Amino acid sequence: MENAFKWLDERLGLNEIYAEVLDRQVPKVNWWFTLGSASLFLAIMQGVTGIFLTIYYVPSPDHAYDSINYIMNGVQFGWLIRGIHHWGASLLVVTVFIHLLRVFFYGAYKYPREFTWVTGVVLFLLTLGMGFTGYLLPWNQRSFWATMVGTEIAGTAPGVGGFILRVLRGGTDLSAVTLARFFSMHIWILPAVAMLTVGTHLYLVIRLGISHIPGEDE
Amino acid sequence: MSKKTSATHIDRRGFVKIVITFLGTIMGVVIGLPGISYFISPALKAEKKDDWIPAGELESYPLGTPTLFNFTQTKMNGWERSSQSYGVYVLREDEKKITAFSNVCTHLSCRVSWKEDEKAYLCPCHDAAFDIQGEVIHGPPPHPLDEYQTKIEDGTLYIHLQEG
Repeated sequence: MENAFKWLDERLGLNEIYAEVLDRQVPKVNWWFTLGSASLFLAIMQGVTGIFLTIYYVPSPDHAYDSINYIMNGVQFGWLIRGIHHWGASLLVVTVFIHLLRVFFYGAYKYPREFTWVTGVVLFLLTLGMGFTGYLLPWNQRSFWATMVGTEIAGTAPGVGGFILRVLRGGTDLSAVTLARFFSMHIWILPAVAMLTVGTHLYLVIRLGISHIPGEDE
Repeated sequence: MSKKTSATHIDRRGFVKIVITFLGTIMGVVIGLPGISYFISPALKAEKKDDWIPAGELESYPLGTPTLFNFTQTKMNGWERSSQSYGVYVLREDEKKITAFSNVCTHLSCRVSWKEDEKAYLCPCHDAAFDIQGEVIHGPPPHPLDEYQTKIEDGTLYIHLQEG
């Protein structure tokens, strides 16, 4: 066992990675500094429970509502998996936003961490995008009309509004095409972009370290 | 800073490791076990069926020639109500002896059909053949065609559908 680990470590540098990622020096910080890890943990939970949901969920107007009904009532622990995904989504928006506020009010976005801040803001927008696209998927009255309103708001943008609305909906109407593309955005496109952005964000946090709590004279 | 570690004293790092391992295990189990159950639960449900299906007037079946009778049953698969079709070959050998064979090949569940000129049930998938009594003539099927129980009431033939 020890030999096997040594063999792997010599080739992969596992101990080095551990030291760089988890044993790095940090200034004296407080509980507000845990929100990044909390967001990462919740995001992973969303990924895991989301993958589980795709086992039964079907993104079609004929089946979306019934397949979710089946998840909730026909499958063992379906209520738990969907419940975690549902409540985790709201919680993730909250933790990401408070994380953003902490960085803002501590001035932690300043040199040399401007780009970490930019990737963080992108991640916040991606989180909202995940929330917005995921909201349509149950295909119930609430999600249908929320998406009607949401896409209509996007449509009020001057000049390009109508075009943006038609791109979001995949046509002029909120239809099966909308549901399919929201699903695709929700499980493929946004998560792929988010994973790349999280990777960059974490690389920068590890490379640059985190800033200390600003003192009174700063 | 000097590190003091002994059997009674546990340092901060060791404490955090223990707590994380402990909580991580609990969370893994709380999510992992329901996750497995969630995935396999449709496999644990077997719908039971026990019905007598009316197959029409006995007199409508010719003597000596296997004749196909089709019927459908609706069933819930997950969230979808789907109809499943069944095929039964009814063989009337004489006024009393009636046999009803399932047309499901006992090899891998393709559907067999009766070929009068070859006097055999042929399966198109792997070239299997069964004789008029359902016995395997050649091919990979491990056992003869399945038979349904039959009964006759007021001149009507009934087939006993049992599943699960």
